[in-house]
Formats: sequence, C-alpha cells, structure tokens
Amino acid sequence: MLELFFGFAALLVVTSLLVVLHKNPVTSALFLVLAFSSLAGIYLLLNAEFLGMVQIIVYAGAIMVLFLFVIMYLNLQHDVETGLQIAVRRGIGWLTGVAALLTAALLIRRGWALGPANEQLPEAAAGNVGALGRTLFSRYLFPFEITSILLLVAMVGVIIIARGRTKTAGEGA
Amino acid sequence: MIPLPYLIGLSAIVFAIGVIGVLVRRNALVIFMSIELMLNAANLAFVSFAAHMKSLDGQIFVFFVMTVAAAEVAIGLAIIVHLFRLRESVFVDEIHLLKG
Repeated sequence: MLELFFGFAALLVVTSLLVVLHKNPVTSALFLVLAFSSLAGIYLLLNAEFLGMVQIIVYAGAIMVLFLFVIMYLNLQHDVETGLQIAVRRGIGWLTGVAALLTAALLIRRGWALGPANEQLPEAAAGNVGALGRTLFSRYLFPFEITSILLLVAMVGVIIIARGRTKTAGEGA
Repeated sequence: MIPLPYLIGLSAIVFAIGVIGVLVRRNALVIFMSIELMLNAANLAFVSFAAHMKSLDGQIFVFFVMTVAAAEVAIGLAIIVHLFRLRESVFVDEIHLLKG
C-alpha cells in the first residue's frame, strides 16, 4: 500500500511540475489530467472511493474538457510541425489504435469481461458511498442546497460574461 | 494506513507547485490550472485528515470545494474568453485595464 502511495505521489509531483513548467498550454492541460488521475488513486488508497471516482469524472473529465475547449477556441499559437513530427504522431496514433483493437478483440473473445482475478470477493467491499450520502443529505443538507444556488449564479454569470456587450437601447441612441 | 505526515507533506508540495505556477507563469490559462492544483492540494489534506480521524465530514467538504472549483473555472474561463476578444491576448502582463 505504501509503495502504491509513493508511486502515485511521485506521479502527482512530477506531473504538477510539468503542468507549471511546460510551454504549450495544451500539454499542460493533459499533464493536469494525469495529475488529477493520480490524486484519484491516492483517494482510493485513503478509502474515499466515491471521491476518487468523482475526482476523475468531474476534474479529469468535465473541468479539463472545459480547459481544452477554451485553449483550442482561443488557438494560442500556430505551431509549425516538421514532417518527422507528423510521422511520429501518426505512428503513435496507429500503435494506440492497434492496441485498442487488440483489447477489444480480447474482451469480445472473453465475453465482454475480463472477469475477477480471484473468484471470491473479499469481505467488506461495500465502500463508503452510502454513509457519505446519508451525511450529505442529513447534516449538510443546507450547505448542499446553497451549493445549487452557487452553481445557478455561476451559470447565469458565465452566460452574461461570455455573451459580451450587446447594444442596449440607451447606448444605441 | 499511510502515515499522515507523508500525506500532508505531499499536499504541501503540490500546493507550493501551484503557488509557483501562479507567480511565475504569465499565461492566464496556465495560472488557472495552477489554481486548480492548489485546490486539489487542499482537497488532499481534507481527505487525509478525514481518513485519519475516521470521520466523513472532511470528505463532504471536498464535495463543496469541487463545486466551487467548477463554478470558478466556468466563470474564469468566460472572463478569459471575453478578455481575449477585447485584447487579443491571454498574457496577464499585457492586460492592465485597471492601471490608470
């Protein structure tokens, strides 16, 4: 368990350093995804299973997609690629595609599931999702409801800000 | 059980990396990513204390931090998009609208 922790911790530190130090913002964002994923691994080691999953879905999924979307929308730098870089990228793409195909073939051959490594699940694999939900919806119900208002305010604010200035009646006259 | 000092140390290191990113980088997007790193370092501290005190309250707070982070990223990116339309730049040292 400690070895796993050190592995995830080293990955987290190295990728966060790369996020800060890398020149290209797209690469920074992708390293940030890796950092969030290793943090999710640490959460799993700390018996916070639900938070680990939420970390991957919300941070590595939603928030980073938003980041990448904005970076590509702004199109910060037009990088010029040499023929060698394009060839390397195509090679990596083909390799990844072939690996994914092989995995799919393996999964289909085994009936869509790799199956558990050991047939009998160990005891007490229930996790803490139930307890977390009960706490969230009893003791922390009011903050939870406040959170929904926060998200609503953020949503309205984003729409107003991103729409930009439109001509109002007073301005146009 | 992972010893608490290791976890808090890791959290401190990640937080420091985030601070360095905010102070050193000038690209507003990378500054936002560094802020995300700092929030995640705080989350790690919450989760590790929750695990060691055998209490779920710390994990609940992580939820709220995640919500605030999501709202902050949405609004921040909207501001950056708007600034880019206005100034054609996302480098914070080229943006000094409030400096008289």
